[in-house]
Amino acid sequence: MVSNVVEMNSVIAQALSGTRIAITGGTGFLGTALIERLLRSVDDCHLILLVRKPRRGDVDRRVEREILRNDAFDRLREEWGDDFTDRASSRITVVAGDVAIDGLGLTEADTAAFCSADIVVHSAATVSFDNPLDTSVEINLLGPNRVLTVLQEANVSPHLISVSTCYVAGNRRGKASEEFLSDSPFHIKVDWEAEVDAARRTRADLDATSRTPDMLKRFGKEARDELGAAGVPLLSAKSEQRREEWVDDKMVEAGRSRATSLGWPDVYTYSKALGEQALLEIHGDIPLTVVRPSIIESAWSEPKPGWIRGFRMAEPLIVSFAKGELDQFPGYPEGIIDVIPVDMVAAAICAVAAKGPAPSPSIYQVASGSVNPLLYKVLTSTVQKWFTDNPIYDPNGNPIAVNDWVFTGAAGLEEKLERIQTAFDKIGLVVNALPIRGTKAKIAEKMTEKRRILDQAHGYIQIYGAYGRCEALYQIDRLMALWDELDQDDRADFSFNPSEIDWTHYITNIHLPTVVIQARVKMTPDKRIGPSRESRLRAQVLAPERHFAAFDLENTLIASNVVESYSWLATRRLDPAARVRFALKTLGEAPSLWTRDRRDRTDFLRHFYRRYDGAPVDLLDEDAQELLSQLIITKSFPGGIRRIREHRAAGHKTVLITGALDLAVKPLEPLFDEIIAARVDSVGGTYTGEMLDVPPIGEVRAQVMLAWASSHGLDPDQGVAYADAASDLPMLEAVGFPVAVNPETRLINIAEKRGWLTENWGRAPGGPKPLFPIGRQVRTTKRRKVAS
Amino acid sequence: MSPRPGLVLDVEATTPPILFHHGDGVRFEKLPPGSRVVYPNEPLDPIEDVDGAIEHALLNPLGDQQPLDALMFAGMKLTIAFDDISLPLPQMQAPDIRGRIIEKVLDLAAAAGVDDVHLIAALALHRRMTDRELRHAVGDRVYDAFAPSGQLYNFDAEDPDGLTHLGETKHGEEVIISTRAVESDLLVYVNINLVSMDGGHKSVATGLSGYQAIRHHHNVHTMHRSTSFMDQDNSELHTRNWRQGRLLADSVNIFQVETTLNTDTFPKPFDFLQKREWEMNAKDRAMLLGTKVGLDRMHTRVKRNIMQGIRAPYGLTSIQAGEVEAVHTVTTANVYQQQLVRVEGQTDVMTMGIPFVGPYNVNSIMNPILVACMGLGYYFNLYRGKPLVREGGVVIMTHPTKLEFHPVHHPSYIDFFEEVLADTTDPLEIEKKYEKRYAEDEWYRHLYRTSYAYHGVHPFYMWYWCAHALQHLSQVIVVGGDVKAVRRLGFRPASTMNDALEMASDTVGSRPTVTHFHNPPMLMADVV
Repeated sequence: MVSNVVEMNSVIAQALSGTRIAITGGTGFLGTALIERLLRSVDDCHLILLVRKPRRGDVDRRVEREILRNDAFDRLREEWGDDFTDRASSRITVVAGDVAIDGLGLTEADTAAFCSADIVVHSAATVSFDNPLDTSVEINLLGPNRVLTVLQEANVSPHLISVSTCYVAGNRRGKASEEFLSDSPFHIKVDWEAEVDAARRTRADLDATSRTPDMLKRFGKEARDELGAAGVPLLSAKSEQRREEWVDDKMVEAGRSRATSLGWPDVYTYSKALGEQALLEIHGDIPLTVVRPSIIESAWSEPKPGWIRGFRMAEPLIVSFAKGELDQFPGYPEGIIDVIPVDMVAAAICAVAAKGPAPSPSIYQVASGSVNPLLYKVLTSTVQKWFTDNPIYDPNGNPIAVNDWVFTGAAGLEEKLERIQTAFDKIGLVVNALPIRGTKAKIAEKMTEKRRILDQAHGYIQIYGAYGRCEALYQIDRLMALWDELDQDDRADFSFNPSEIDWTHYITNIHLPTVVIQARVKMTPDKRIGPSRESRLRAQVLAPERHFAAFDLENTLIASNVVESYSWLATRRLDPAARVRFALKTLGEAPSLWTRDRRDRTDFLRHFYRRYDGAPVDLLDEDAQELLSQLIITKSFPGGIRRIREHRAAGHKTVLITGALDLAVKPLEPLFDEIIAARVDSVGGTYTGEMLDVPPIGEVRAQVMLAWASSHGLDPDQGVAYADAASDLPMLEAVGFPVAVNPETRLINIAEKRGWLTENWGRAPGGPKPLFPIGRQVRTTKRRKVAS
Repeated sequence: MSPRPGLVLDVEATTPPILFHHGDGVRFEKLPPGSRVVYPNEPLDPIEDVDGAIEHALLNPLGDQQPLDALMFAGMKLTIAFDDISLPLPQMQAPDIRGRIIEKVLDLAAAAGVDDVHLIAALALHRRMTDRELRHAVGDRVYDAFAPSGQLYNFDAEDPDGLTHLGETKHGEEVIISTRAVESDLLVYVNINLVSMDGGHKSVATGLSGYQAIRHHHNVHTMHRSTSFMDQDNSELHTRNWRQGRLLADSVNIFQVETTLNTDTFPKPFDFLQKREWEMNAKDRAMLLGTKVGLDRMHTRVKRNIMQGIRAPYGLTSIQAGEVEAVHTVTTANVYQQQLVRVEGQTDVMTMGIPFVGPYNVNSIMNPILVACMGLGYYFNLYRGKPLVREGGVVIMTHPTKLEFHPVHHPSYIDFFEEVLADTTDPLEIEKKYEKRYAEDEWYRHLYRTSYAYHGVHPFYMWYWCAHALQHLSQVIVVGGDVKAVRRLGFRPASTMNDALEMASDTVGSRPTVTHFHNPPMLMADVV
């Protein structure tokens, strides 16, 4: 066998050789870098990875998929060749565990495996700055505690290296040393156990509040505002989702408030700081070292320059800037952005591990600001220049010009954004209430997009604003002392000296090229090659594998409604004066009918169809035929009719499910295998106006469709459904291929979010547009005798 | 003063701009000096005593047929079929000549004690006529007498129980017509012979027949061999139709009544449309200008309603009845007398103004396919001898060619435009690839039978109607048309006549001969 490439000249490698190293957070950015580095640069250390069990599959599979297949391992895969999988698995033991559970959720055997480690690197954390208070507390504060407790209970005392962050120093100016917070003169004593209790209690209190009648009513209204008359099941689900979101939002707020009240920028640093504190208090016999990196970004050189995992803190900001969506951000031009490449952090951890614990708990900060500061203005001007040379292109293939970066204080900017957001909300309420649809309703889509950009900018400022303004200088004296101890080989293999970084080179040649790939932004003006998204989706819905296509009628296939059909039928046999009276009366009633319809369509139909009471069955049947030509086909969407026929040609079953009356839609029979419509009872040749069954509206429509599909042996996953309103959501959601047709504003947003096909079908251009839905009068004449 | 014959005007620098029909409006084009304008004959003097002429024709039949009164007997089955809404164009002022003839036929029937009478609008694959349109065609009295009892109705070429297969010609052409007609003791057909294509055996063999039989002559092959289909002696369309008609005449006793109308097409205040430009007086010019400005500013729907409301003051120029072929010989001669204008030599570029109405958009919309058919199907083919435009020449037509369709009347046209023409404009390929599917489509069949839709196959026939021209011409240019629609048709859009002439020079050189076909009023070029 060819010997491995790493020659064990390095002291660090030799020191770690043969050790067992347990690592939590291996699927994270830093964790992955650390695992790769240890496997590649230390010959025979054994890694014990504590990984959360995925929803499907086991932890070994997760490690394979989420760690070993990451491009961080490309280099090692190349070096080891075909042996990669075997060698990697022979050096890794995976245990299923979760730092959010007491005892880490380990089995007995896994506990033993975990506790057999000589060194434990605790890197698992939630790095989100805007988590709910209790989430951060459970993971970042209690996580390290739980690791420690498991080790203590097993009576072992490996070297515990816990990864924290420089920013635990909080919103302060001036030097921040490599010391525990309790040793700092600025320390405010906080009882971490009381914080844990308070966080849990806050969640319980908010949950209770969210269940009060007033709040439940509010969530119900919000659900209705979003979905319209979508039927009870969907509205209930949406209402409950709103409630949970509300509690979470409040918990996020609680986290932010609690953190800032104690001088931390956010719940992340707050929970990390308390986590450190807790470790310090309870570590007992276990030797402890805390490593505090600053903002970890893409790799300087290992395993390859620019390697990054995921879309991290600075990247979304940079991309928003390059897209012209964000041009100001709180901060001072001469402020320092403390960034550290990931490979330097991983190398520092290796060095710390190799050196072994100090007699008492100690801290290493891995940061650049104090020895090689990256100034905010240098960062922005370099980014600006780079995107001027390498612009992002908009969907039309035009380059987007980057704006000049404006440095602002946070307060004014946030207020301004909030004002704009409020204005948008008000306009949004109006737009959503307008009876517009299809291409006209695109304005809502555009507003949603603008609102998203605003929200995002506001969010970034809320979350990251404090970092732009942070004026703390993180001292790295102990780290540099460690560096000074290294020999040449170690310095080559495990470089973590921030002074080596050439920031302009790093940003221009290493970081930004990676960022634009990660963000998948368009960097060339080329028009898309191949079919558009719409035509691909269209091909999908018409693919022969599909089983059926279900259609709504009103505004999906015709620009008409039950009131028009009724009005047409009702006036057909009236004299001219009565026709005018009828038209005026119906117009007068329109607003109240519309309101009723929006509130509850089923109720509206039941109410409305009462009007057929006493109508002669045979006359209506006769007139329905004319209704086809004069109203239905005149107001139909030829594109929609063509689509039905395309489905039939593709061998799909077609079904029309409508709240319109069966007699009015009967002439459409040749288009469908089945028509499911509302039916009104009749007695002795006249209609009674009472409905025979619940009209197929909202969730009933979905049920009816599913029942029909199952009775014909058709699979809803292979079904296509066409509808125009949010109230049709149950039907759209019940099939594998939903299509929003001429969607009203609410549905546009939903369809957009879920990537559904949207069709805008219109009436035949130039066709007749009757002002009133009044049936052309029938002239009844007497027969003249032909032969006398 | 007897009506003046048509003429060919040589355009000079002083010739006023020439009037071009342009859909619901008009435009004036200054044609290059040296161009020719072919003007129609003035309307022939009409017959004064129409009722007398009708009676005379019915009682003095031509050819091997008895007088109508001799054919009537009590207890017989009588069917009267008549031409549908596609004739005449525009619709004629009431009373419609069909109604007047039918009344006379019914009088004879009543006198003979005939009770079993059916009146059928001979639609073939056209759309059903509405109650109002039927009423206009047959008159109030006939309508009120027969419509309520269901004895007056539209022919249904897709009625599975309504058609009878009478056999095949020696050439394998199926002969299938209305069962009611076959079962009748007498079939009286009442025709209006607007152009020389109409009438003869085509009346019954096509008018009361369906797709199965019509497809034998309504196809690209036939059209390529009909030069032109307006000239019966050189028309494969007629040859095949005649074969079917002769076989049919063996089984059905047909009494054919044919009429010809003069070209008194436009009533006041639109009568200036049939004047020659240089003869217009100040009032005519003011009217013309006012009309043009007015129409240009109106909304399309309003404009369309006004134009479709025009009822022509046509006068009857002849009526003849009896055996089909004998009758039709006389009829054709009468059509020619009114419409033929002698033109010497072909032209490189033929210009034409497409008006607001054609046979298939009465009370409807002239969609892009119908525009093509009107220009390349009808006007191009209105020649005898040889086409007015030389082989490899260019047709320039003026029409807004809007992307507009009547959803009720032309549903299959919409799909034809969106699906078929988007794929290809080659008639042969279209016929091969798409015709059967559209013709046998269940939904189109349903709409044809129960609504007011042209048959699913109808847009194909419109396109085949253009086949001879498409084969003959090097390019077709539409002035003032919707760019997208014109391109979809495979034609070239131009915004002005000058641009169009410039574009034409690509294939006919920079100094082409130009001839304007000043139609309507109806005109047929006798090219020598």
